[in-house]
Amino acid sequence: MLERLANGCRWLGKRVNDRIWRLGFASRFLLMTLVYSGTALRRFFLTIREIYFTGVLSLIIILVSGLFVGMVLGLQGYDTLQRYGSSEALGVLVALSLVRELGPVVAALLFASRAGSAITAEIGLMKATEQLSAMEMMAVNPIARVVAPRFWAGVISMPLLAALFSAMGVLGGYLVGVRLIGVDEGSFWSQMQASVDFREDILNGVIKSFVFGVIVSWIAVFEGYDAEPTAEGVSGATTRTVVTSSLAILAADFILTAFMFRGT
Amino acid sequence: MNRLTLDLWVGFFVAIGLASLVFLALKVGNLSGSSMSDTYRLEAKFDNIGGLKIRAPIKSAGVVVGRVAEIRFDPESYVAVVGMQVDGRYKFPRDTFATILTSGLLGEQYVGFEVGGEQDVFKDGDVIKKTQSAVVLEKLIGQFMFSKAAGDEGGKQ
Repeated sequence: MLERLANGCRWLGKRVNDRIWRLGFASRFLLMTLVYSGTALRRFFLTIREIYFTGVLSLIIILVSGLFVGMVLGLQGYDTLQRYGSSEALGVLVALSLVRELGPVVAALLFASRAGSAITAEIGLMKATEQLSAMEMMAVNPIARVVAPRFWAGVISMPLLAALFSAMGVLGGYLVGVRLIGVDEGSFWSQMQASVDFREDILNGVIKSFVFGVIVSWIAVFEGYDAEPTAEGVSGATTRTVVTSSLAILAADFILTAFMFRGT
Repeated sequence: MNRLTLDLWVGFFVAIGLASLVFLALKVGNLSGSSMSDTYRLEAKFDNIGGLKIRAPIKSAGVVVGRVAEIRFDPESYVAVVGMQVDGRYKFPRDTFATILTSGLLGEQYVGFEVGGEQDVFKDGDVIKKTQSAVVLEKLIGQFMFSKAAGDEGGKQ
């Protein structure tokens, strides 16, 4: 009995210890990535190549899901608003919910599963096939050559993708609300412009998506670099990237929202 | 993939990303509309501001001429002091009436300026003397009920 209890405590302690050790390693890894990112910025073509793989190839999924999210918001928002006789406020509803929350968060979730998992799998496989060790043998720092360009590419792409998502969502809301249902076009746009503030809403959305970009890229490159160099190890690391970064995005979103929009 | 094609695609991506930011700023937000660079400050004291908020519009004849910049409580005279930034292009006479109004039955509250006829105009930092507080709906209903009840009693006698 006592034996089992002690074993349980030992197991719990090891788990907690492991997590904290990994967090410490991940922070040190982020610091190293920042220190060695000189190469990624000097030889900018490395980063451009990664922007192509993370940003440009995520365009289709971001654009299409942004359009559909906006269209659904248009339908649902109209259904609720017209009960209170204020269907002209549809533009405000669509724009504010997209620019403040849905744009950055959903784009980041899609980005984590579309690009983050790919980054982790790529770096993990490089490690499994000992390409990273080979680079070290040739006196090439793998963090500077492989990790930093991918990290910066994610950080640069994320705000642009979130802005595209929001813009497509507003267009989708416009298509459904104005073209399909027939909300007055003038009041749709003018009420939207009257209540969406540039600094308060749009800039805060951009800051949010920038933070999410850092989080997702950091987790993706770290999980790849830290992956066990086996087939199962790489697949486990890929899963962990998606799960951890989704949870981290939602938690960070709550904290950022609490900072940015506190009443007033 | 060759380097030029790659650059082209990434350039395209960055360009439409920035274009959508500009779209959000100009078409969705009000960056173009709020070009009030030249403003002057006015203050007004109200007994009750109701639900007036900071950044609420100030309207004269229905046109937005400024924004509420600050709301504070004056602990000496127990009234609300509303600080306002008014567009420098518009000058108002010194006997202008500031009223807190509601757009629609349940809409947001704003400050309405009813222009008087005097020659002198407000300068930066002036205090508007003539004000009228917000209409509180509950008080209005209470008054109506009270007068209705009083009227009914009067009718019976």
